[in-house]
Amino acid sequence: MPQKQREKFFRFYLPLFLFLVFLLFPFYWMFATTFKSDVELYNLKLNPFLIHTWSLANLKHLFFETRFLRWLYNTFFVAITSTVISLSASLLAAYGIQRIRFKGSNLMGIGIFFCYLVPPTILFIPLATMIFKLHLWDSLWALSLIYPTFLIPFCTWLLMGYFNSIPKELEECAMMDGASRMWIFWRVIIPLSLPGILSAGIFAFTLSWNEYLYALTFISSSLKKTVSVGLVTELVRGDVYHWGPLMAGALFGSVPVALVYSFFVEYYVAGITGALKE
Amino acid sequence: MRSGNAGGGALKAPPVGLLQRKGVLGFLFTLPADIILLLLLAYPFVLGIWLSFTNTIIGRSGSFVGLENYIDLFHSDVFWLTAFNTVLYTVVAVFFKLILGFGLAIVLNKDFKGKGLIRAIVLLPWIVPTALSTIAFWWIFDSNFSCISWLLMHLGLMSHPIDFLGSPVNARISVIIVNIWRGIPFFTIGLMAGLQTINQTLYEAADIDGATPWVKFKSITLPLIMPLLAVITTFSIIWTFADFQLIWIMTRGGPDNATHIFGTFSFQRAIAGGHLGEGAAISAFIFPVLFISVVITSKFLKREA
Repeated sequence: MPQKQREKFFRFYLPLFLFLVFLLFPFYWMFATTFKSDVELYNLKLNPFLIHTWSLANLKHLFFETRFLRWLYNTFFVAITSTVISLSASLLAAYGIQRIRFKGSNLMGIGIFFCYLVPPTILFIPLATMIFKLHLWDSLWALSLIYPTFLIPFCTWLLMGYFNSIPKELEECAMMDGASRMWIFWRVIIPLSLPGILSAGIFAFTLSWNEYLYALTFISSSLKKTVSVGLVTELVRGDVYHWGPLMAGALFGSVPVALVYSFFVEYYVAGITGALKE
Repeated sequence: MRSGNAGGGALKAPPVGLLQRKGVLGFLFTLPADIILLLLLAYPFVLGIWLSFTNTIIGRSGSFVGLENYIDLFHSDVFWLTAFNTVLYTVVAVFFKLILGFGLAIVLNKDFKGKGLIRAIVLLPWIVPTALSTIAFWWIFDSNFSCISWLLMHLGLMSHPIDFLGSPVNARISVIIVNIWRGIPFFTIGLMAGLQTINQTLYEAADIDGATPWVKFKSITLPLIMPLLAVITTFSIIWTFADFQLIWIMTRGGPDNATHIFGTFSFQRAIAGGHLGEGAAISAFIFPVLFISVVITSKFLKREA
């Protein structure tokens, strides 16, 4: 190899290849395990990295012998409701803080941002006692109400950055025409910030889809579990691991977020970088 | 209609209603978010501190016991082991996430075909539910049928499968690897955004002076990206320090409590064991790191503002 090509190989292609193998292998592993038969999974004579005979037995087990579809529905329900609640509250709050600029709005902005740093591991015990007193124990609404505590700070911060990029003149013109704040908010700000709202919404959806600790703590009946909790608690019984259906569940539980994500990658990346730069 | 009376200012100034006052209006706009955060974040935050001073157990409200929970913890070996594990887990995982995430960001910052696609793929570990990818790792780390063990045995490098989660040292390494796997993309995407904002003429000027890649990295890239790097690292530190699900799913803190961190230990005592007060006291040890993160980020936030 010529010197320059060799340099490019070691500086670029090789590290990139190694990173991709490391980051993607678990997904390949979910996929491969899903479509293998049990006999093949536990046969050490066969190369485990290949699928020798394809089988749909694990999918059949997952979809027809567990409550996976129900868990999928529950996760959807919680993700959608908590996203709607969070987006509504965040849009109003972000507009209030960024555009009305009242006394103390800066402080409130920073305060809401810091809420994002508070980890669920600090809150789940007191929240458990509150949920119990509110008679929301083992109810999906408990999750719909609690997820906004980490979604609102994130969405508000993201939307504040977005609102900042909308020219103030637009609002001022509307105000000169006598439009009220609420009218401006609905008719000027919301339509102009649809891309920002979309990325906040996608983020909120995936973050609630991925939540585990609260769902594990507050939900106990099998019919109300979310995908992550249901799989781990119901497909592992004692020392018996149903690896085939478990991997099928991991694969199909990841697909909805991966799909949402693949359609909106650009908004997603813009979301992370936007939130970090603000 | 509204625009009709805007021109009539000479006759009478529009009344400054309550809703026109910025303070009131701003308050109303932020009210829904404030209510949710005060009720379900700020209040439980304080309630948690209170609980840590009580002997509350599940199903019975407790009474004030002062520092008893904390004193008990200080006398417990498991607690000190947990504290050690938490610090070890955080330091090692964040270190590797930073190095590898930064490395990948530099690799991806070059122009090449399919950059958009690769960047999208790289984020996957961070997007996909951690609980689900953790199950995949759990299977990869199986004590009998691990594909890694199979490969190493097939290559003749080992004679027995590796017991990834069965011995304290192996289990610690395994959970840290999964955490690194999950966290690399966050550093990469965040830092790529920072790298793109660096003015290329700086590098060109350095090239003219004959600077080596290392000198360029040390004296241009690093100082310019430092504020962003600090914020990303702080986020990563608090998330890793307060982690829960990854470890709970793979080891439940075992073997012999070797992988218990504050999050898993407090869950075990409070929810699985029913001792809410003691669990709250354990999770209170996450506070100092939270406090430090807040101080560090606010310093950088102010600088940006």
